[in-house]
Formats: sequence, structure tokens, C-alpha cells
Amino acid sequence: MTDQVTNASGAPIPAAQTRRDARDRVLGLGKKDFGLFLLVIALTMLAPFILNPFPEGSALSQFNAGYPDLMQRFVIFGIFAIGFNILFGLTGYLSFGHAAFLGVGSYAGIWAMKLLTLNVIPSIVTSIVVAGLFAAIVGFISLRRSGIYFSILTLAFAMMSFALAYSVLTPITGGETGMQLQYFDPRILDGPLEPGTTPRANLFGLEMAASYQLEVGAWLFTFNAGYYIAAIVMLIAFYLAIRIFRSPFGMMLRAIKSNQQRMNYTGLNSKPYTLAAFIISGMYAGLAGGLLVAMDTQVGAERMFWTASGEVVLMTILGGAGTLIGPVLGAGFIKYFENIVSKINESTLEAWFAFLPGGLSDAAVAVVYPFVGKGWHLTLGLLFMAVVIFLPGGLVQGGSKLATVFRRDRNAGPVEGAAAEKRQAAED
Amino acid sequence: MTKGNFTRRGVLRTGAAAGTGLAAPTIFTGAVWADAHTGFTNAPQGDTVTLGFNVPQSGPYADEGADELRAFELAVEHLNGEGDGGMLSTFSEQNLDGTGIMGKRVEFVTGDTQTKSDAARASARSMIERDGAIMVSGGSSSGVAVAVQALCQEAGIIFMAGLTHANDTTGKDKRANGFRHFFNSYMSGAALAPILAAQYGNDRKAYHLTADYNWGYTTEQAVRESTEALGWETVNTVLTPLTQTDFSSYITPVLQSDADILVLNHYGGNMVNSLTNAVQFGLRDRQVNGKQFEIVVPLYSELMARGAGQNIAGILGSQNWDWKLENQLGDRYSGTNAFVQSFGTKYGFPPSQAAHTCYVQTLLYADAVQRAGSFNPCAVVEALEGFEFDGLGNGPTLYRAEDHQCFKDVVVVRGKENPENEFDLVEIVEVTPVDQVTYAPDHPQFAGGSLGECNPGA
Repeated sequence: MTDQVTNASGAPIPAAQTRRDARDRVLGLGKKDFGLFLLVIALTMLAPFILNPFPEGSALSQFNAGYPDLMQRFVIFGIFAIGFNILFGLTGYLSFGHAAFLGVGSYAGIWAMKLLTLNVIPSIVTSIVVAGLFAAIVGFISLRRSGIYFSILTLAFAMMSFALAYSVLTPITGGETGMQLQYFDPRILDGPLEPGTTPRANLFGLEMAASYQLEVGAWLFTFNAGYYIAAIVMLIAFYLAIRIFRSPFGMMLRAIKSNQQRMNYTGLNSKPYTLAAFIISGMYAGLAGGLLVAMDTQVGAERMFWTASGEVVLMTILGGAGTLIGPVLGAGFIKYFENIVSKINESTLEAWFAFLPGGLSDAAVAVVYPFVGKGWHLTLGLLFMAVVIFLPGGLVQGGSKLATVFRRDRNAGPVEGAAAEKRQAAED
Repeated sequence: MTKGNFTRRGVLRTGAAAGTGLAAPTIFTGAVWADAHTGFTNAPQGDTVTLGFNVPQSGPYADEGADELRAFELAVEHLNGEGDGGMLSTFSEQNLDGTGIMGKRVEFVTGDTQTKSDAARASARSMIERDGAIMVSGGSSSGVAVAVQALCQEAGIIFMAGLTHANDTTGKDKRANGFRHFFNSYMSGAALAPILAAQYGNDRKAYHLTADYNWGYTTEQAVRESTEALGWETVNTVLTPLTQTDFSSYITPVLQSDADILVLNHYGGNMVNSLTNAVQFGLRDRQVNGKQFEIVVPLYSELMARGAGQNIAGILGSQNWDWKLENQLGDRYSGTNAFVQSFGTKYGFPPSQAAHTCYVQTLLYADAVQRAGSFNPCAVVEALEGFEFDGLGNGPTLYRAEDHQCFKDVVVVRGKENPENEFDLVEIVEVTPVDQVTYAPDHPQFAGGSLGECNPGA
């Protein structure tokens, strides 16, 4: 009886039932989750095509995002947001200092590249470990409080880290000018580099910046080694996040979100669970920081500024807090605005509206200009407000609303959907 | 022994596998961005060439960024033969004839650095990877300049720094593909010291308030060393947090010390606030040791002066360039008026020193390509190293080969007592000749870096 699986109501589930459950699962994922995972795999692997829909040199090529730097940022900040969502989406603890772990991970990663080797694997592992340790310390202290006090404590830690990195710790962080690789760094695992050469991060000789370009008619697609490595890491991170969401541990975290007090009254100590979630989330941030360094070998202290911490909150809420894919979508959305919309300048607009007669084209430029270029913050802010007001569940809710238009029978969210499936299966 | 698999087929297969293995890295690295036959990153194809102007459009230095962008647009106009040609006619080299660069029409893309090194690098990388920029210029802080310079070195394109004043840009963080026209902290100190001694005497006691980051440290060190060499005593140096907005708690100890000079190693909003506080505390009316108390701001900027308003009256500082140079000091600074003229005609007000350095950097790059006869970064580096020129507003100037730093006269200015308008806030006190601000390439304030080899990229 001890090792018998029980369902929520405590009644034993027939053995045949569990076997069938296990058979339906691929990679330990339910049918719906596996479908989502496949979708994410397809999106990341085909990103060079999906993000470059417009031919080179056309007026709309301004909107192409399929170049290595931005694709890398999409997946790296996706990882960052997935990790943040494990904490915020599941436990409801709003950390306002998550960028600190990203920054600590980055500094750890670059020091590993300076002292050990240019291979990215030791550097990324170091990032995760150091960020995890730092998260353990910060979490241990901050999690003594909840709600807004917790948020303020984490914010204080992050700003403290920023201030330390920017000035006091200049010898090990490079201060304002940041940290970069030099050819004369010690690097005990690699041989010394030729004087004057540029150190480049690699994976067993494959450089992160290496790319292969494919020309198809007027289209140009870039396949970048660094991007695919980051994308594979992101897929692993995403997979782990699904497993955490669906595990008993994830259920415990949700319970903390819905009513921590009641949990405590039942005799459960919730602190180890929140601390574990906090550390896991910090390690995800460290992983993202390590990847940022691997793709672009420098660190600046602004990476830890409070606006960076705020950004990941925005990403998660914009995409849909507590959903699996939401944070990734939110991260992509914000990075797209930051990198694409901010680069539309007045002369680009003039070129677009050149077909209009003189006065009209000037008027069109004058109307659109405040919302692009340096006005990208404004556009993003307006969109964020619209999402929060009309789609409190984020972009994911928008997606499922759209889906219900086409499929009226299924308008439930993913959590309820999974539960319904289980019930259905139990009734069979 | 007979089991050895040295069959013909086996050997062929092994050979093919090894061949693929060896070839793979070259497939991956060989064809990055550019056509292989041109041999360098973003080799211009067709009849246009793209430059990337990466300036702060949001954040604390957005005003300077906007002025830099105006200058870049003006430079591109002049290179393409539009407008009145600006400094093209006064430039000592007459290779640019208004037909673009090497006959290719100049186009440009812009980006927002947000004064953050991450954002600046992201923006620069999109210019390089997506827009095919062959050169990146601009920026208004040293952190960004150092970050973008290193990026350009890695990617194999040229970086022409905008406003960056910390020693590190051409000191410990110098790079072969990066060039700085703007002056630096050391030059500010060296230029200011003799004039401070002449104006205020040789037996002064200085108190430094320094912004707590790299630029603050190097500036404090430069001013301290230069003034101490002339007999000044440094009473105390205090670091202030970068985010500080109220400096009263830092000014009070100054009043209690016996210092008679306050040096504010601050820039931007920091400088505006600390100077305002210092003046409000009555430091300028103070007498110590029978001497008039004075305030010094090592790096002046017109845009900061506008922010500080009346408080800058009578305060000494240094500048890279001022728009009144040629009018007041004559032909040595030719080019100044031509630039001010065309900038004023287009935008309706005189340019800042940030605008000037960005304009000049663009022309210098274009001229270097023209002289080298190639867009190849290594050819451009060769053309710029040890290049002597004149007629760009700063008098005779040298681009030193050892560290890619420009050497030219430094302008010492003082805030006007009664400015007539918001663009004419400072008066030129004196110009420190280039010889007095020149230092050895291995000077301790610049130690610890190496240019490395020029990198043409793919």
C-alpha cells in the first residue's frame, strides 16, 4: 500500500490506469505539453526563416529580426523570463531584483573565460553555480518576508549589486567600462593566445560568431552557431520548466500562491519550497547571464540596474504570468521593440511615406515619428497598458481567446485543460 | 595484423571524414557576412556604403546624442555633395569631392545606445549583422565607447569614437580598430594645471569630489597629479555615488576643511547638481587663508552649462573644442567657422563639442578610406595611424599610431558672468598648446592595454 499511487482524493488509482497514463506520455510530458514543446522546438529551429520574412533591400526589411544578435537575445531573455516565471508565476513571489542574478552569472562566466578556458561550457556552468549560490543567500534573507516587503528586499539587493559592480568592486568587475576578454588573460586550460589576437568564445573549436548564410532569391537567411547553441539550451530549460510546472513540487508552489497561510496551518513548512523555487529561478537567470557572455564576451554593470529587473517582470506579465510559453513570447516582444522599432529613424519614415504628396507625407512622418525610434518606449508602454487592461492573462490569453473563436468547445486555460483531461481519463 | 582495415575504401572514407572535419570550421567561419572574395566584414557591394551612427537617444545623455546625430547627418550630406560642404573645403587633405566615399554614396543607419553598454552593443551588432555597416561611430560615455570599440574589433570593422573622455578608451582598453578624436582626462589635467596655477597661484589646497566610476577616477588622478606637480596640495578626495542628486552632505565637509579650491570631477546631471549645491552653500563667496575660494570643473560641456545656468559663472574647465575658437583665436583653428556656418544654417543654433567630434570623425574616416583606396579596416587603420592633418577646427592634429589618440590643443574655458543667450555660456580663457598635453604612450595613467592586431573580420 505504501508505494501505491493515489489520486487527489486519496483513493488508489487502478494499476492499469497508471500504466496507460505513462504510455500516453512522451519524454514525461502530457500530450498537450508535448505538443507545446514541439511547437517551441519548431519555432526556435526555424527562427532564421520565420524572423526574416521580407526580402533584403525592400522597404519592409526594416522589420526583419533574423540576424544573430537579436535571435540570440530572444532565446537568452526567454530563458531569463522562464526562470522568473517559475518563481513569480508559480509562487506569486514578485522578485524585483532578478537582474542581479543575471549580472552575477555574467561576471562569473567572463571570469571563467579569463581564468580557465574560452570554451563556453565551463563558463556557463560556473555562471549557473555562482548565480545559484548568490540566489541562496539573497533568497534566505528576502524570503523571511512576503508580498511587497519581499519585492523591496530583492530590489535593494539588486541595486546594491549594481552599485558594487559599478564602483566599489571595479577591480573585479571593470566598473563603468565593464569586463572584456584580453589575449593576455591567464586561461590555464587553453594555451596562450598569439599576441594581438582577439579571444573568441567557442564550443570545442566552433566559434559562437560563426555563421552560414543561405541566399534564396532576394531573401538572405543567417544560421548562426551561437544562436543554435543558445536555442538548444533554451529548449532544455523550457523542458525542465514544464516538468517543474507539472510536478508535485510545482503543485506545492501553486499552493503557496493560492494560500500560504492555510498551508502553514496544515503543518507544512513552505519556506524550503519557496527557497528552492527562488534558487532555481536564480540559476535560470545565471544561465541566461552565462549565455549572454558566451554570445558576446563582455559584461557591463547596467545589466544589473533595476530597469533590467523591471524588464523581466514586464516580459512575464506581457506574455502571461504562470503560463509556460507566455514569458518567452513576452521576452521576444520586448526585445523586438527595443532592437527593431528603436532603429526606425526619420529618414526611414520619409522613405516609406515618399509616395504621398509633399505636405501629406510630412504630416504622416510627424504623426508616426513620436512612436518609433527613440519613442519606442512610448509605443511599448501603450501596448503594455492595452495588454494589462484588455488581456490580464497576457498574450497567451489573447491567443486562447483567438483560438476559442475558432474552436468553441475548448475555452479553458492550460491548467484547467490538463485537469479536465485527467478527470475525463479517470471517468473512462 | 591482417585485420588492419587499410582497404582502399576504408582509407578513402577516413580521408573524406577528416577532410570534412577540417573543412567544417572554414565553412562556418569563412563566409561570415561578406562575400569571401573581398576578404573583410561588410565589404560594400553596389554603389552605396552604410555607416552606423550609434548615439544615446534616451537616458541621461540624450541631448548630446541628439546633437551628435545632427552632426552625423550633416557630415553625410557634405560627403554626398549636398549642402555647402562644411569643413571639406578647409580640411588639409582634399581627397573628398562630394561624390560619397570612393564614389559610393553614403547611407547611414542609427541606433539608441541608451548609455548602457549592453544596449549599445546590441544596437551596434544589429548595424553590423543586419544593416551591413562598415564603420560605427558615436556615443557619449566611456563605458559605451569601450564596449562598442571591443565589439568592432571582434567583428572586424572600424570604430570612430564619439564623446569619450576617460583615459581607458585609448589606454588600457585601446583596440587596433578603434580611434578617438576627443581629448581625455590626462589632457584635461595637463591643460588646466598651468592655467589654474596662473589664475589662482601655486600654493592652493584642493578638495576633490569625484563621481564613483572609471571616468571619475581617471579624471581625478589626472587633475591631482598635474596640479600637485605645480605645487598644489590635495586636502581630500571623496567619491560620490553616481546616482546622487543632492550633494549638500558632501559640500558641508568642504566648508569645514581648510581647502580653498573645490574640484568637481563630475559630468552630466551629477555636475549640474553638485555645482548648484556648491554655489548655494556660498562657496564662491568664501575666503579661506586670505584667498578667494574657487571651483573647477575639469570637463565642460555646453549642454551641462545650460543645465547649471547662472551657477557656472566664473568657473574654469576644459573643452575639446568651442564654436567661437576661430573668431577669437584666428586662423589656426580654421574649419571651425565653416562647420558652425553650415550647422547653424541647417539647425539654427551653434554645434556642441560632441557634434564637432562626431562630424570630424566621419570626415576623417571617409578621407582615410579615400587615401587608402579601400574600405578594408586594416587599410584604414594604416591610413589613420600617424596621420597629421589640419583645418578641422582644432589646429594641427596628429592621430598617434601607438594608441590611436588624437593630439591637439586643449581649450580652457570659463563660465560667462553675463551670457547673452543660451548658446554662448562660456568664454575662452586660453588654449593650452598640444606639446603641453602630449604624453608618452606608456604613461602610467594609460598602462595595461594593448592595441592588438587590426582585424578585417571575415
